[in-house]
Amino acid sequence: MQIGAYSFGDTQLNPDGSSRSTAEAIKNLFDAIVHADTVGLDYFGIGEHHTVSMPASSPSALIAAAAAATTQITLGSAASIISTDDPVRVFQQLATADAISGGGRIEITAGRGSSVETFPLFGFDLNDYDELYAQKLDLLLTLNNSQAEHVTWTGRTRPSISDLAVVPRPVNGSLPIWIATGGSAPSSARAGRLGLPISYGIIGGQPHRFAPLANLYRQSAAQAGHSGDNIKVSVATFGLVAPTKQEAIDRLYPGWVNLNLEMGKLRGWPAPQRRDFLAQVNAPNAYFVGDPDDIATRIVELHRHLGHMRHFFQGDHGGLPQEYLLESLTLLATEVKPRVQRLLAAK
Amino acid sequence: MGTALARQALKAGYQVRIATAKPAAENALLVDIVTPGAVAVESSQAAASDLVVLAIPLHKYRTLNPHELAGRIVIDAMNYWAPIDGVFDDFESDPRTTSEVVEGFLLNARVVKSLNHIGYHELEEDDKAAGDVTRRALALAGDDAEAKALVATFIDRLGYDAVDAGPLAAGRSFEPATEIFTGSHTAHQLVALIQKASPLADAA
Repeated sequence: MQIGAYSFGDTQLNPDGSSRSTAEAIKNLFDAIVHADTVGLDYFGIGEHHTVSMPASSPSALIAAAAAATTQITLGSAASIISTDDPVRVFQQLATADAISGGGRIEITAGRGSSVETFPLFGFDLNDYDELYAQKLDLLLTLNNSQAEHVTWTGRTRPSISDLAVVPRPVNGSLPIWIATGGSAPSSARAGRLGLPISYGIIGGQPHRFAPLANLYRQSAAQAGHSGDNIKVSVATFGLVAPTKQEAIDRLYPGWVNLNLEMGKLRGWPAPQRRDFLAQVNAPNAYFVGDPDDIATRIVELHRHLGHMRHFFQGDHGGLPQEYLLESLTLLATEVKPRVQRLLAAK
Repeated sequence: MGTALARQALKAGYQVRIATAKPAAENALLVDIVTPGAVAVESSQAAASDLVVLAIPLHKYRTLNPHELAGRIVIDAMNYWAPIDGVFDDFESDPRTTSEVVEGFLLNARVVKSLNHIGYHELEEDDKAAGDVTRRALALAGDDAEAKALVATFIDRLGYDAVDAGPLAAGRSFEPATEIFTGSHTAHQLVALIQKASPLADAA
């Protein structure tokens, strides 16, 4: 089981509640990735996000920088919103990061994005939401699967490519490409049919309820003739680890309030209540907030249902102090992961 | 939402058919695994059911076939939620509620607005037996009394109290960003909220 983290960037807040700089958030995120590498975390994902509070708009740039500053950690977008980007550029940028990393540490996760800011930002029409995603995923896969530098592709949502060089090629020939989904059954079936690994973002409810989707994914893959190492499941959830569960709860809660206040303004939610937060922090619910024993036990329990090979966590939102993020990353790598390995081996 | 509702309806003893924009054969595996007991059908067969639930992204409502749904009892579980799904002119430029827009597009369908204000994972987690004082309630709105009675029974069998909010236009009281939409309420609380939103409505 690989243990990791992901982030959309987390802009810090001043005591009066105003936002500090988004540049600082990116630098913090970079520092966190380097720290995660040093303490031995397996994976760090950077999620494309375009808001002031979560400003990691350019995963590829951050991954390239991190590729140069790290030695062992796997880095990936989590996810790249390919619907509104150019898959040629996404591929080239991450293949460039792959070259800098020495090869084999860079992944792409393709997603639609859970919000729609990128459509007006990059000039796309929401009515084309499904077709854009399908077509751009097809192009991304064509580029990645190409044996040669020169690629040919024809589609409807961007100009065709006729025998043009798309370089650099990844060090090992191709990059791992994952499909990200928030839990739609058709997306699970699609990833299986394509023979691609799937990454579930589970931000609410009871994560073990994703078991039928993971089953659908695996059976769709089998039906389409796909097997082997590429058929695998990863899980992304909220999570923060601290020396004690109470500390973890107290550290994550203020940021959770800020995030929900911000989203509530946009979506018309009522003021967030502490009891709503507390209702989520214990098994079998969605937030992995606790001490190393608690979190390791819950990862292993979820593994019984989903059989996932990687679990990665987002704890930095709403202005989580950086030292809490760094301590959580340390604990994930040095305390949670060994417990998970022991528990899985004992089964 | 569709698959969660299908599982909950199966649990309540209903026969469930599922259709999407794709041919039934393409959905067969999905339906077998994710909603065991349900049957993947073509949309025309789904439309011929005693009760039809529309749980597609609202902006795709024009892909529905009005002739297939003519005269049918239809639950509109869809929402217009611009911050999440983007801005669509059909709903921005029309003063009616989204369910009225959908009803206007369909031909003589007996539309009842409901099931739009409960999260898909909550639907399978918050259900309780009838009579439990903490049982969650769901609102419904529509212009056809017989259709509303059928939907109320359906909601009850899913594990929720049904509260009639009045005519279809009264569905505004539980559209996105309303207190009803964003919270979880017992029947008693829901009746009060509906009356607060629309004092003249016959909420009971």
